[in-house]
Amino acid sequence: MSAAAVSTTAEHRSASRRRTPFGLLGAAVGVALLVLLPLVVTLKQAAGFGLDNAAELLLRPLVGELALNTLLIVSTSTIACAVIGTAAAWFVERTELPGRRAWAVLAAVPLAVPPFITSYAWVSLSQSLQDFLGALLVVSTAYYPMIYLPVAAALRGMDPALEESARSLGLGPWACFRRVILPQLKPALLGGMLLVALGVLSEFGAFALLRFRTFTTEIYAEYRASFDGSGAAMLASVLMLLCLVCLVAEFKVRGMARYDRLDRGTRRAPVRYALGWFKWPVLIGFGALTLITLGVPLGMILYWLMQHGDAAITPVEVSAEQLLSSTGASLGLGLAGALLTTVLALPLGYLLVRYPGRIATVLERVVYLAQGVPGIVIALAVVSLAIHVFMPLYQSATMLVCTYSILFLPLALVSVRAALVQAEPRLEDTARSLGLNWWQTLWRVTLPLAGPGLGAAAAMVFIAVVTELTATLLLAPIGTDTLAKEVWVDTSALAFAAAAPYAALLVAISLCSTWLLMSLFGKSAVLDHTQR
Amino acid sequence: MAELRIQGLSKHFGAHTVLRGIDLTVASGSLVAILGPSGSGKTTLLRLLCGFERADGGSIALNGRIVSSAADHVPPEQRRIGYVPQEGALFPHLSVAENIVFGLPRQERRARHRVQELLELVGLSADYANRPPQQLSGGQQQRVALARALAPSPALVLLDEPFSALDAALRAETREAVADALSAAGATAVLVTHDQSEALSMGHQVAVLWDGRLVQVASPEQLYRQPANPELARFIGDAVLLPGVAGNGQVQCALGTLALMGGMPQGPVQVLLRPEQIRLLPLSGASEARARVLEVIFYGHDACVRLRTGGVSPIELTARVPGHSSPVPGQEVALAIEGSVAAFA
Repeated sequence: MSAAAVSTTAEHRSASRRRTPFGLLGAAVGVALLVLLPLVVTLKQAAGFGLDNAAELLLRPLVGELALNTLLIVSTSTIACAVIGTAAAWFVERTELPGRRAWAVLAAVPLAVPPFITSYAWVSLSQSLQDFLGALLVVSTAYYPMIYLPVAAALRGMDPALEESARSLGLGPWACFRRVILPQLKPALLGGMLLVALGVLSEFGAFALLRFRTFTTEIYAEYRASFDGSGAAMLASVLMLLCLVCLVAEFKVRGMARYDRLDRGTRRAPVRYALGWFKWPVLIGFGALTLITLGVPLGMILYWLMQHGDAAITPVEVSAEQLLSSTGASLGLGLAGALLTTVLALPLGYLLVRYPGRIATVLERVVYLAQGVPGIVIALAVVSLAIHVFMPLYQSATMLVCTYSILFLPLALVSVRAALVQAEPRLEDTARSLGLNWWQTLWRVTLPLAGPGLGAAAAMVFIAVVTELTATLLLAPIGTDTLAKEVWVDTSALAFAAAAPYAALLVAISLCSTWLLMSLFGKSAVLDHTQR
Repeated sequence: MAELRIQGLSKHFGAHTVLRGIDLTVASGSLVAILGPSGSGKTTLLRLLCGFERADGGSIALNGRIVSSAADHVPPEQRRIGYVPQEGALFPHLSVAENIVFGLPRQERRARHRVQELLELVGLSADYANRPPQQLSGGQQQRVALARALAPSPALVLLDEPFSALDAALRAETREAVADALSAAGATAVLVTHDQSEALSMGHQVAVLWDGRLVQVASPEQLYRQPANPELARFIGDAVLLPGVAGNGQVQCALGTLALMGGMPQGPVQVLLRPEQIRLLPLSGASEARARVLEVIFYGHDACVRLRTGGVSPIELTARVPGHSSPVPGQEVALAIEGSVAAFA
């Protein structure tokens, strides 16, 4: 063991033996409890429903249909995403595909287009695209980058010597893919598939606009019908159960023997296969993929932008003031949400990095678990809490921003934690030994080191909040009409031309901030979140 | 096992020429070590042989069959070349046995064809068969990688710096195991390395690659004793280079009159001797070459002694002496030269 390794383990031990400051621990526990709150509220509501009532509610044919719809869309879209994502990643990373840099970007961009916008575009293209096939098309094209990105990263990280060994042992390119590459992609691929499944299970906006009934849309309908929430809570509990199954499976996959490279040598560029004449069908495939995932959504928005309000099925006037106030509302909520969420993630992140131990691990798992609670369930739980406990906060901006924090804390925690790892304690110790006090050390060492990562965390949350629909719909104060809400309302009224300017602004903000995030903090800032 | 014949092989990456006109023949059943400093083009040569890269000129023939030329490029999987990459590159998702049978047809994979025999060949016990590669040491991984390369009975085995990641003790042991396994299998092999002692101890022939050219192909002993130029002499091992005048099978230099090897140039020359040829003797008062000990670096089995000769134009040189007889700094010693020396014009 080298001297460096000895010193880090020693450091690690002394860090974990050090007493955790009480204030820090309290703050971290508080945040974890806040995140857990919606889950507890929903379960409590469902439990208060009574066994007989519950059985009656759950054993309806409707629930069977919902379960069938949900499972069907989740399984088919996950498989479609896996095939498209893996194929796209392999062609971009492993062949001499013409223009592969451009395709690499184009294949990832759909992640920045919210699924309900894609849904809006397709619905406005043709009313016949509703139901299962439309839903499959929309969610597959919206979610496949969640497989493309981790698989491409895994392909890049793979040791080319393995493939070369396989080739020299007599395997052709296809056999090599099947017997060497695919087994090593398994963690990235399975992890990505489970995240897609989780996303599709929780998806609300895209399905609602397509009038495809799943658990989420039915929970919303139930809530609109009764408002007392217990029927919705019952369905929500079933949905949560499905999500938690995915989440536990994802956790298992993450823990699965990582096929670490056995060696530590310098890495060569991987072998790239010449495609020959086969490049034409592949190029056509990538062209079609881009057309479907980006061309249609962006094209439809542009098309409706150029139509006058009266060309739409139900004309609605759009005024400049309305646009401005919606943009303002979206940006304001986005900034407030980003700030609050990052601040809330700090104590937990600090605890995880500096005082690792059993308590920290438990809190981390709690936040991870909360990731499996769909947005609509969180939103409904907050509504019910507001009505029963914090009445003055009901439909206030404060409540909405808090809900965003609950929703996106797991997202922020990944970046915050990575950022704090950058600021190693020994660097702080060095600064102190050079005569800096606590405050100066924070200002001149910790913040410059952790700052970019914290910025990335805030930016990720900002994008997520701006493109969020479900909680906004349920909790936005009356008169606060964000871009997402406007798109929803107009599309529901079939006023496609009226929705277009809002959709265009929303996509523009999302694309610009994603681009900014990537160019400021590097691709990994975005990538890490799909790989978690 | 087959003969490898490389003729006029060249390769550029953009404007940068990596290999220029390589000619090399490796006799059936022999092991040639390709020795070169980093950046000399060793790895490129190996990748051309494997077929991972295409040559820009020249040809490669295996047992008379052209596998690479201006017209032909046989893909790597059809060349029957066993490749042992740096640090092994075992498939992390497969067990040791599954790694070994990886390149065999399906039935033989199922039957774990020759796993035991191959493990034995590389000096590992049969217990290793079911272990994951993560549980093996670096040297054991290297041996499994060799077994995997040998399993499909390749025409040629290529080893790419296979021992560079191992620590010193493991390296010697693994080298020996690999050399034994290769000769037991009767394999024709090419070993690429930047480590002089590895090339000299393992190669039947050593080919020195320098800036994209093969500057010398010779037996290890000839390469060490009669390198093609002074730079090469320093690269192959520690060298003492002195000015001198050669004639009649002898050379005059600061260390006296020394015996010269056959076929050496005449007239003003640079004399090459190796530090271990210099013996340090007690002063006897005769007209011998003398020197003062400046510094002793003690290694255990031997020691390096830095010396400065006396006389009008003193020179500094290094001698290598057995560890048990190392002198102390400041001591005056007499110098005697063992064996004959080489010279460069």
